[in-house]
Amino acid sequence: MSLFYVVAFLSIIFALLVIFTKNPVHSVLYLIATFFTFTIHYIILNAQFLAVVNFIVYMGAIMVLFLFVLMLMNLNKDTEPMKSTLLKVVGAIAGGCLLVTLVGSMKTLSSASTTAMDNTGIGLVENLGKVLFSDFLLPFELSSILLLAAMVGAVLLAKRDNKTA
Amino acid sequence: MENITSTIQAVPLNHYILLSAIIFTIGVIGVLVRRNAIIIFMSVELMLNAVNLLLAAFSSYSGDASGQVFVFFIMALAAAEVAVGLAIIVMVYRNTSSIDINILNRLKW
Repeated sequence: MSLFYVVAFLSIIFALLVIFTKNPVHSVLYLIATFFTFTIHYIILNAQFLAVVNFIVYMGAIMVLFLFVLMLMNLNKDTEPMKSTLLKVVGAIAGGCLLVTLVGSMKTLSSASTTAMDNTGIGLVENLGKVLFSDFLLPFELSSILLLAAMVGAVLLAKRDNKTA
Repeated sequence: MENITSTIQAVPLNHYILLSAIIFTIGVIGVLVRRNAIIIFMSVELMLNAVNLLLAAFSSYSGDASGQVFVFFIMALAAAEVAVGLAIIVMVYRNTSSIDINILNRLKW
């Protein structure tokens, strides 16, 4: 039980460090730490397939993308112009209002399902695969088209235009 | 396995909702207070992850596998979104030699 609270505390600390660190490279590294704590959360939830996918996709692919873009742009210096203090305070207050609204709406929920817990292991690869390839077969195939479109779009956007250069 | 299951039974679902709300709010604050386009992008990733965790928690607590399938689709979508978004940031940097979003304020008009 206490493991959840330790990992949740670490998640919040690393998430705060992501947005308050000046250096973008440190931000990416803290973001990876946040993703790692999320992977631990998935393991605690007994969602083992999601834990593995989160580990591979976020901590593998997305980390490499962010770090490569940062290194290609040579942005590893904290030369970012910061917003004014007034705008920062206003942004923090607006975010705090959102948090209060979310927590306040949570309080009106009925807490009936707080202890119901499965022992069937729905998060295992076998059970998720059965659901994914029977009920969600069409969205699964459509997501391949989405990935193809994203690949073509990324290459098209990032390619240097020879005519205007 | 037995240990993990008994671990989660002690944690109420409300605490997962609270954690996800806090992480989501941190992402929103990051979008609001930073000017570096890449940090804003990372804040959006934080928000996506908070929603993912909440969906997985609901799925586990209600014993329905559909929530975890949705999380899988959101992860596929996030990978595509990161590729396209970073390509756009690279293009912006090539045109303006900066990733300060205040340079892009003509997009408002």
